[in-house]
This record gives sequence, structure tokens and C-alpha cells, in this order.
Amino acid sequence: MFFIECVVSFFLILGAFFALTGSIGLYRMTDFFNRLHGPTKATTLGVGSMAIASAVFFSFQGNGISFHEVLITLFLFITAPVSAHFLAKAARHQRTPQDQHHSHAPRHKAD
Amino acid sequence: MSCSEKKSSPRIPWLPQPVLTLVLLIIWLFLTNTISPGHILLGGLIGIIIPWFTNRFWPERPELIRPVRLFRFFFFTFLSDIIVANISVVKLILQPDLSQLKSGFIEVPLEIEDPMVTTLLASIISLTPGTVTAEVSKDQRSLIVHGLDIPDPETEIHLIKTRYEAPLKEIFSC
Repeated sequence: MFFIECVVSFFLILGAFFALTGSIGLYRMTDFFNRLHGPTKATTLGVGSMAIASAVFFSFQGNGISFHEVLITLFLFITAPVSAHFLAKAARHQRTPQDQHHSHAPRHKAD
Repeated sequence: MSCSEKKSSPRIPWLPQPVLTLVLLIIWLFLTNTISPGHILLGGLIGIIIPWFTNRFWPERPELIRPVRLFRFFFFTFLSDIIVANISVVKLILQPDLSQLKSGFIEVPLEIEDPMVTTLLASIISLTPGTVTAEVSKDQRSLIVHGLDIPDPETEIHLIKTRYEAPLKEIFSC
């Protein structure tokens, strides 16, 4: 199945690309809060694309349609924001330094 | 805009959370990867039993009043925004000069009062690349959001309020 292989490869490469740029972002960004944004990308489109590739691949293996992969994305969507929130919240309470260009929210409200 | 329609007693006694039951059944069928009658029965049983135990955990929960709108919001706003925002964040990450990024915190005032819907909104903001919810203010009336590149805070706040908060208010009875 040449066509299926093409689709699977496309999604795998796309997912790998987003995971890679997420890591590059983690490395290149200048302060803690900016670094948080890198991994968020890797979890959404990166893992999402790989899950689609896996679903397509196993659906055409002849054992019926494969939908496990949707759950991986679903659980990631539930858990990833919570961990990001905790990291950011902890950093704010520790007063982690940041390159601030502008701030329209008070940094430590009602401490 | 108060959440006045919260129910204290369920409509059907043995089925306290019909939507949760349905979601659990669907998740079970995804997990086992089959639609055989046995698994539908087993998933249905799990979907009925789990809400019995978790019911007391949700003393007041927002009511889903527009399920169709939720589907439209999920696929055409949420998923499409994730794709568009991912591409724009990739551009930001790979640009040669990172010092041009205007990152910083913005404070988004909330109209939603329900804690569950606030959590949903905060998660949506975090999942959309470029913005991460950093904190909920103590009185739960605003979210503090960190943005990777926010040239104009006012537009960003307006965008979050109209694009995500307004639909959520419509979807849930809040």
C-alpha cells in the first residue's frame, strides 16, 4: 500500500518536526517562562501527528480500525496544561527572573 | 449571567451524570478497540457505576446546554487554532533574532464564575501555543497568562475573551 505508507510517513515526519522545534525552542529561549512554550507545542501537534500516523498504520493492518491513539491525545490534552500551569505558578512564587518587555499583570498579586 | 440552572438533584436517580456515562462508554470502546456487544455492555456498566462514586465530588456542576455548539467549538475553533498557532510559534522559535520577542504577562478578566469552566478555559489557553496560563487570581476573577509574543496586550485579551470565553459561556449554563 504505497499511498498509505506515504500518508503515514508524512504524519511521522510532521510530528517529528514539531517535536524537534519544541526542543529547539526549549534550548533557544531566553527565560524560564518563554521556555515553557516549547514543550506545549511538542505535546499538541507533535504527539498528535504521530498518533494519527499510528492510527492510520494500524487501521490498514487488517485487524480493524485502530482508535486507541485518540485516547493518548485526549489524556495529554487533559494533563499537559495542568503541569504547565504548576511549573509557571511555582516559578512565579519563586520570583524567577524574566526578560520582561512589558507587563500588564501585577507580578505578585496579593502575596 | 449567574449559574442559576445548577441542579442539586439529578433527573434520573440511578443515572446521576448521563453525559459522563456516555463519555466513559465511548472511552471504554476506544480503549478496547472493538464495538462488540459484550464490550458495549461492560462499558455501559462502568459508565453507570463510576458516576455513583464520583457524584459527591461534583456538588455543583455546570450543565452542558449546547452539545452541538461544543462540537463546533472543539473542531473548528480549538483544533484549528492549535494548528494555526503551532505554525506561528514554530516561526517565532526559528527566527534568528529572539530579542525581538515581546513576551510578558497579561491579566485576562473573567466573566465565567464556575470553577470547572474556568479550568477548561485555562487549559484551552495553555494548549493553544504561544500562551500559557500561569495563575488564577485569588478571587478567581481573572487569569494571569504568559504570552510568548504579545505586541499588543489589549488585542490579545480581547481575542481570548471573544474566541474562547464567549463560546464556553454559551455552551455551559453559565
